[in-house]
Amino acid sequence: MLKTFRIGGIHPKDKKVSAGNAIQPIAIPNQVIIPLGQHIGAPCQPVVKKGDTVKVGTLIGKTVGFVSANIHSSVSGTVLKIDKAVDASGYRRDAVFIKVEGDEWEESVDRSSDLKKECNLSSKEILDKIAAAGIVGMGGATFPTHVKLTPPPGSKPEILIINGVECEPWLTSDHRVMMEKTEEIMVGITIVMKALNVDKAIIGIENNKKDAIEKFGKSAENYPGITVEALKVQYPQGGEKQLIDALTGRQVPSGALPISVGAVVQNVGTVLAIYEAVQKNKPLIERVVTVTGKDVKQPCNILSRVGIPVGNLIDAAGGLPETTGKIVSGGPMMGKALASTDVPVTKGTSGILVIPTLEAKRKAMKDCIRCAKCVSICPMGLNPTLLMNLTEFEVWDGAEKQRITDCIECGSCSYTCPADRPLLDYIRLGKGRVNSIIRTRKTNA
Amino acid sequence: MENKLVVSPSPHIHSGDTIEKNMYGVLIALIPAFLVALYVFRLDALIITALAVLFCVGFEYLIVKYVMKKTPTVSDGSAIITGVLLAFNIPSNLPIWILALGCLFAIGVAKLSFGGLGNNIFNPAIAGRIFLLISFPAQMTVWPAPETATTIDAVTSATVLGNLKSTPELLPSLQTMFLGTEAGSLGEMSALALLLGLGWLLWKKVITWHIPVSIMATVTIFTGILYIFNPIPLYNPLIHLFSGGLMLGAIFMATDYVTSPMTKKGMLIYGAGIGFITVAIRLWGAYPEGVSFAILLMNALTPLINNYTTPKRFGEVVKHG
Repeated sequence: MLKTFRIGGIHPKDKKVSAGNAIQPIAIPNQVIIPLGQHIGAPCQPVVKKGDTVKVGTLIGKTVGFVSANIHSSVSGTVLKIDKAVDASGYRRDAVFIKVEGDEWEESVDRSSDLKKECNLSSKEILDKIAAAGIVGMGGATFPTHVKLTPPPGSKPEILIINGVECEPWLTSDHRVMMEKTEEIMVGITIVMKALNVDKAIIGIENNKKDAIEKFGKSAENYPGITVEALKVQYPQGGEKQLIDALTGRQVPSGALPISVGAVVQNVGTVLAIYEAVQKNKPLIERVVTVTGKDVKQPCNILSRVGIPVGNLIDAAGGLPETTGKIVSGGPMMGKALASTDVPVTKGTSGILVIPTLEAKRKAMKDCIRCAKCVSICPMGLNPTLLMNLTEFEVWDGAEKQRITDCIECGSCSYTCPADRPLLDYIRLGKGRVNSIIRTRKTNA
Repeated sequence: MENKLVVSPSPHIHSGDTIEKNMYGVLIALIPAFLVALYVFRLDALIITALAVLFCVGFEYLIVKYVMKKTPTVSDGSAIITGVLLAFNIPSNLPIWILALGCLFAIGVAKLSFGGLGNNIFNPAIAGRIFLLISFPAQMTVWPAPETATTIDAVTSATVLGNLKSTPELLPSLQTMFLGTEAGSLGEMSALALLLGLGWLLWKKVITWHIPVSIMATVTIFTGILYIFNPIPLYNPLIHLFSGGLMLGAIFMATDYVTSPMTKKGMLIYGAGIGFITVAIRLWGAYPEGVSFAILLMNALTPLINNYTTPKRFGEVVKHG
């Protein structure tokens, strides 16, 4: 029997209509908008000013503090201005506007497609290169990768887990990357293993991507210590804690990091970016984005530079359908709804999902009938309907006791609820409030 | 275009599951038992079930619209279930005005006075049945003989559980009880038909196995232990399983979403409690039948059970593999 995680889980229809479509390029527009905060942590300080000329790969934003990631120009041209622009979060944040002129790259970047296998760098040198390249978790969480690969003092990584699950319906960008960049990813894995000083890595892939499982299985024969595991299709298996449970049977305790059970998880796209950064000196300036949806004419996987408006990607997929009611950056379960098609692609944009008007609005909520379906599907073993009530009545100590802070916001509860209750909306609010109460308590103590 | 985009928090898709789907799922699961009732009691079964549904739906519509002044919610199907279950729990020759009172109590008092579906503490059909049993004990405990009975002059007949304590020699065979042609309330007839319904509910994931199985297991173990020491019919686990309202209660009434616990652990405790109280009432109580009282009592304990049982949390079982 195929492995999977042990608590909860749902089975939304996977709708991966773009799975067979090869990654395609997209024309670079006349202007790009590159946000200075594309990651979890402090936004970058701009190191360019109006009128500066930049090349592809030029550093334009520098980290502030440890938990942050450098930003590089994805195009060559002239800096128009540094100004506020609406990003996927819906907020107006600092961004660098660049007028595109030609496509000239920094000389240090090796643009050849040759596979470079050997890496003689030390762990420290690898981490420095990853940090310099501004790599973040590309599965959507956008946590700075060099931070994740630096285990806190006293902990020792034992196993590297590679996330090729892509459990969100519709999305196929990781799948395509796995099919088209298999060897690069394998080399990337050996580099990360070296950086972490571990001798074991498992690649977890859900069983709806049999071609990728086969391809990696074959390739892994040449790489000692790396194995491939087919996983039973179940959402949210791409969640870090769920994936570790599925592959190793170890459950990360409440409030702890994966390293507490000796595991470090990296997404396949991130591993590819690591390969390119370490072996080819290429900073993270482009990524594969799935553009898809029920009425999208040509669902596809696009290799897009950071900073290109999502509207351009939708045009490349056959244009914005007339039925459009909602545009989501990311997958349908955890993605963010965009207010405009001008929002630029960033390091964390795994997909653009266009949802028709008829499916865009939620139905009115009814009273909870206490069917407990949300309780049985919650992958963290929480009681979502209780957490919603506790939040509604602002019982913060109760919500904390019921471990509201464990919620991974996978959305399975709201997805499942037969009474159309917006469980996650409330839980998210409650979680934020409880987290701030906990922080205040810690500072006062 | 820009202004038309909907912006809302994730998730952006829904399973499509609705309250109606679950309620109509329960109704479909009740079809086999209803067909058995039609076969045994003929037209009476149809009339009493139809009337009970009509009363329940009608009262709900009128009370929600004119007393609570809200949009009526009868289309969710829950009032239909209450009607069918109440009809299944009463003798088929019950006077219609008594039936109407039972429906009014079930819908008006047990359900809507608490705020309607989702907010009631007690299962409306069970509450309605117990209201009738206490208020009209005579009418509620005389059952018509099945039309399929061989003796033509049988007008009324005691139920299996009625005979169990006083005249065990009159018991029908276990096979009769399982297939369902003994005397009793409408929907209690055939254990087989009710188990078919259980199969459907489990297959369609309307309910989980925890409550029905824990009730049946508790009844079997409890009476089984007594039967080992004293093998008389009164202690026979199979008779207890296949008679009276046990199957109907365990599968359709105890599993009511609203009034049963939310966690697996809680469901097992709740089911065990129902099984235990049922047997205790059947063996040592004044009433021959105890399922309704057992469910009502455990309904009252449900909030407490919910409070003391938490789901199995992620990270609590750390197995190093």
